[in-house]
Amino acid sequence: MSDVDLTTTVAGLTLPNPVMTAAGCAGTGKELDQFFDVSELGAVVTRTVTLDPVAGAPMPRMTATPSGMLSAVGLQGPGLQGFLATELPWLAQRRARAVVSIAGATLGEYGELARRVGNSPGVTAVEVNLAIANGDNRGRDFASEPYQAAKVLEVVRRDVPRGIPVLAKLSADVDDIVDVARAVTKAGADALVMINAVRGMAIDPRTLRPTLGAVTGGLSGPALHPLAVRCVWDVHEALPEVPVIGVGGVRTGYDALELILAGASAVQVGTAVFADPTTPMRVVADLRHELARRDIACVADVVGRAHHQEGDRP
Amino acid sequence: MRVAGEVLSVKRVGAHHHLTLVAPGVAERFRPGGFVALGVGGPLSESLLRRTFSIYRARPTGAYGGTVEVVFPVTDPGTEWLARAAAGTAVDVVGPLGRPYALPKEPVACTLVGSGHGSAPLFGLAERLRERGCGVHMVLGATTGAELFGALEAKRAAKTVVVTTEDGSVGITGRPTDVLPELLSRTATDVVYASGPTPMLHAAALAAEAHGAWSQTAVEQEMACGTGICLTCVLPVVGEDGVTRMVRACTEGPVFRGDRVRWGDIGSVPEDAWGAPRVGGPR
Repeated sequence: MSDVDLTTTVAGLTLPNPVMTAAGCAGTGKELDQFFDVSELGAVVTRTVTLDPVAGAPMPRMTATPSGMLSAVGLQGPGLQGFLATELPWLAQRRARAVVSIAGATLGEYGELARRVGNSPGVTAVEVNLAIANGDNRGRDFASEPYQAAKVLEVVRRDVPRGIPVLAKLSADVDDIVDVARAVTKAGADALVMINAVRGMAIDPRTLRPTLGAVTGGLSGPALHPLAVRCVWDVHEALPEVPVIGVGGVRTGYDALELILAGASAVQVGTAVFADPTTPMRVVADLRHELARRDIACVADVVGRAHHQEGDRP
Repeated sequence: MRVAGEVLSVKRVGAHHHLTLVAPGVAERFRPGGFVALGVGGPLSESLLRRTFSIYRARPTGAYGGTVEVVFPVTDPGTEWLARAAAGTAVDVVGPLGRPYALPKEPVACTLVGSGHGSAPLFGLAERLRERGCGVHMVLGATTGAELFGALEAKRAAKTVVVTTEDGSVGITGRPTDVLPELLSRTATDVVYASGPTPMLHAAALAAEAHGAWSQTAVEQEMACGTGICLTCVLPVVGEDGVTRMVRACTEGPVFRGDRVRWGDIGSVPEDAWGAPRVGGPR
């Protein structure tokens, strides 16, 4: 069982295993490092870094929903300077593969973040959070229109040094995720991360008013998993040459394998970390077991396997 | 740390439930003010998030290995499940978590004030304070007599015990903080330790300040992860540098100096907080 090869390649990066944390679900890395060695993960995706410090959304920021949670934290964080001064160096010193998630309110902000993050030591890849209101486009999310999303990726790809892959994190709250996938890849995205939390809402049974301080929030957790599998499937079907990182409701090894079979070369673990901080490394062990019991020697061999017609069950 | 725990017993104590869990390794690391995050609902549960509980007692050794005890009222389906859990039920435990109560270096006079099940963590604290030679006084309050916790145990734990209920069914009619000003003077209290709902903590912090005492308050914020990752339990706290930051109750707290917390602003992001949206700014 230990001879299962979990090595995977995404956009030119070779990772020892395909399990990463999802943006905003690993803290600074230090919080999880109390439970396991974060350098053993395929990669650690940082919280989304903004140019200026952000205090975040009003309370309540979270409510539990069936098989998931609804949250609106508002990207609370120390801003780029604070991040580069403390959080990134710690990850680098721990030899964790750091994928830095960035978000700007304008194209100019994305460009500045891309330049400054891309030129900092210890960055394995840059992940572009597009679920941000576009100050230049009536506040609509960058992720919601292929054209706007592509413009962001163009700017970021231009400003991040070659050799550091740029990943585009896509939202499922769109007419056709394949259109967005095609547009951002054409604009320079080296891989796609799918899917971000979807917009949701809950109403408080006592006050009969919206539960979250920000009114709406992102629905995440296992409730989202089939939607993530479908999105990965659709995009891999249409763009089989584009590397995909699957994210959405992963809490078991089979959840991870399902995304891989649909076309993902790696997966991210998000909300399940809140429920159990040891989840990411458990998923690594679980995935190894899921592959071994199916006599699969290399995880890389089954990326997109569910699309193949040959029939012989892996 | 995370351990596979097991229910040893659940007992009713008035309106509350007193849960004892076998959770080896947690007790050794426990300090008063710390908490545990418990998985609820069992393996088939659609309830993903843990419930967090302040630790009442923790025993490193015993007939069953290390145990951890918590006291809680039923407030939702998660706590309902725990309250009904049979002995032997598997409960996933993460803990101990959080920054505990700071203990004085000198043998000073301390007043401990708790409300409802919030009194639970004060007993372990009282023990540690007595070990250091501190004089310990306690005020326990609740809305009704059934919601009081630990009034009998308090007689062993403290030199002075004052009990209050809002309906007057037990002790003095009123809130626990009503009796604080007089008690703090009478006992020449140097440090006030408080545990309970926000308005009570606020009143305790104010009473301590008026008397010239320090205060250590353990906040009750709802948490999703309890480990510092999710940023949903934040509250505005003034730092040493005078700057207000939205800090995590789970890792920077749950115990804060009472004079540092912006009690009236809990639930919001004050305009002058570090990183708050600038008026007229883009977001």
